Amino acid sequence: MHIVVAIKHIPSIADELPVRHNNIDFDSVDFVLNEWDEHSIEQAVLIKEAVGGTVTVIGVDVIGELDNALHLALAKGADRAVKIAAEEPGADSHQQAKWLAEAIQNMSPDLILSGVQASNDLDGQLGPLIAAYLDLPYIGGTSAIEVTNGKAMVLKEFPGGIGMRYEIALPFVAGVQAAPKPPRYAPVSKVRQIAQTAKVETIEPGEGESGGLRFLKMAPPVVTGHAEMIQGTAKEIAARIVELLKSRGLL
Amino acid sequence: MAPIEKAVAIEKENVIVDGMDISGPWSRIFEQRTIFDYTPELIEKVASIPGAESFANCYQCAKCVAVCPVDVVGNYGPRKLYRYAQTGMDLTEAPQLWLCTTCANCLRVCPKEVNMVRIMPAVREQAILDGKFVPAELQQAFENTAKYGNPLGQPQRKRDAWTQNAGVPVPILKDLGRPVDVLWYVGSYPSYHPRGIDAACAAARIFNALGIDFAILGKEEKDDADSQRLAGEKGLFEMMAEYNIATFNKYEWKEMVVTGPHELNAFKNVYPRYGFSRPVLHYTTFLVRYLDRLKPLLKHPIHKKVTYHDPCYLGRHNGEYEAPRQLLQAIPGLELVEMPRNRENGFCCGGGGGGMWMDSFTAQHTTMRLSEKRAMEAAATGADILAVACPFEVSRFEDAVKSTGNEHMRVLDILELLDRSMRGDVEI
Repeated sequence: MHIVVAIKHIPSIADELPVRHNNIDFDSVDFVLNEWDEHSIEQAVLIKEAVGGTVTVIGVDVIGELDNALHLALAKGADRAVKIAAEEPGADSHQQAKWLAEAIQNMSPDLILSGVQASNDLDGQLGPLIAAYLDLPYIGGTSAIEVTNGKAMVLKEFPGGIGMRYEIALPFVAGVQAAPKPPRYAPVSKVRQIAQTAKVETIEPGEGESGGLRFLKMAPPVVTGHAEMIQGTAKEIAARIVELLKSRGLL
Repeated sequence: MAPIEKAVAIEKENVIVDGMDISGPWSRIFEQRTIFDYTPELIEKVASIPGAESFANCYQCAKCVAVCPVDVVGNYGPRKLYRYAQTGMDLTEAPQLWLCTTCANCLRVCPKEVNMVRIMPAVREQAILDGKFVPAELQQAFENTAKYGNPLGQPQRKRDAWTQNAGVPVPILKDLGRPVDVLWYVGSYPSYHPRGIDAACAAARIFNALGIDFAILGKEEKDDADSQRLAGEKGLFEMMAEYNIATFNKYEWKEMVVTGPHELNAFKNVYPRYGFSRPVLHYTTFLVRYLDRLKPLLKHPIHKKVTYHDPCYLGRHNGEYEAPRQLLQAIPGLELVEMPRNRENGFCCGGGGGGMWMDSFTAQHTTMRLSEKRAMEAAATGADILAVACPFEVSRFEDAVKSTGNEHMRVLDILELLDRSMRGDVEI
């Protein structure tokens, strides 16, 4: 059983995103592991713990700082870490999927997992694109994957609290919405120990452009209005609310 | 385990000494007792963890239980943990592992030096490394500290955003480009928490009024991580300590003043193990030196009854009990009243040792929060204001006065009280 987890290193949205020219100012943002990838790593390790096998984590190193995320994945139970040294912070999901698919093709995976989405997905998701490149089936929005005898039972979430169970033959690509358990904690001392001893394999990105979108312009949204805070006593506030409702023809 | 062979009694049933009959029923406590019903294995398991050796020292006198704050709201204390371990509790997996706040009141009274301040971090670290249960909120605080440099998960770039509200200049070392007398380490909660920011702004105004040559690290400042260490994340602590020490040593300054007792404990008592040993003072200790210059500035009386809560890491851990009280008493009109548990016997607010980030978990194992119990004690003195000197406490006690129906009592940092007495334009 060989599970490959494709991860993304993305600009942190803990802060405002600075814009330069027609894209994010990549020099002045921190990059973090995509939140959903933490779940796909957890899902992969849970399958490994249940049925054995190896977990390979692979990502495009867009700013040269992916090692931290890979060490974290190793500390959580992944066996092998690979980075595609592209150093192109603006590489979109189409481009990353192409590079990843080319690398994953040589790994003969039984299962490929990716986070179902990322906060920098503008043009779709990584998983479906990888599946298309590798000509494999794709299922997104998974909340549990169990593997037995060359098949997988997959729980997929739908809106309104509905879940559906699928039986899928390996290999396939899954977009993980959530692991069945919260992602485990990797103690920093363990991550730091791994950082000193672990080997991260580096591969060069393939040649050739992928399809995808071209950025024409990027700008922060223009603030056009704001909420009015009504202050005063309860009576004054009530009077103001009535006045507002009347002025909009609702009373 | 085989029972130990019963010792032969060495005393006679009927004894007459110097004509006096001292015969009597034989007391069992003089006999060697046979041990059938428990084994020392789980005690040894804890005591075999480096740092946790003193767990096995306990001889069950129970002095600790009488002063353990967690026992007031639950069933706890080092002696009880020892007994639980005898009767089958594996501390590395039990919820009890996370309830100790490392307040150190037990250590103060323990004749056998069973040291929970060392035992708890060691056993927690082992549990974390072994992938055992870790409370989810605590895990979040660890992850935030590693990712963002503070347990609140706030962006590093906004660490000095609070200075805009101070109304006075707050110089940043990097921009200043010259040595300063005082490096003020602001701390995570005073930098980000709305009520912490109130105290930070007050401190900035007081330092300015006293003409102190100070500066802060601004965006270069990161969390001290001492409470994360006590909660068991030593690796995270070491990572933060290495960064902080390198940052502190980049600049020339004479002494460091910290807003929080946990930072004081980190930089004064723990960072020296990692090669940092420069003078560090809590703001109360620092300001007391300026009392003669401060007093004339405190022009506006505060006619209120105030009680003061001793932070565990300022008092018991670092021996500072009087400076906060001297500062409070310098405020004209202010009447200081003491709670029954004060100074060395001060009652813990529940925020130490990682407790700050485990309230929901702790709530499942205790009858009320320690901060609630303490807020009730404060209210019972008839105080109008509960004064604090630790940035963890303002938010903890403000929640607690609300949940215990004591909203009439305000919770204010000593910095805020000094600032209000200085400015006089803010109602209390």
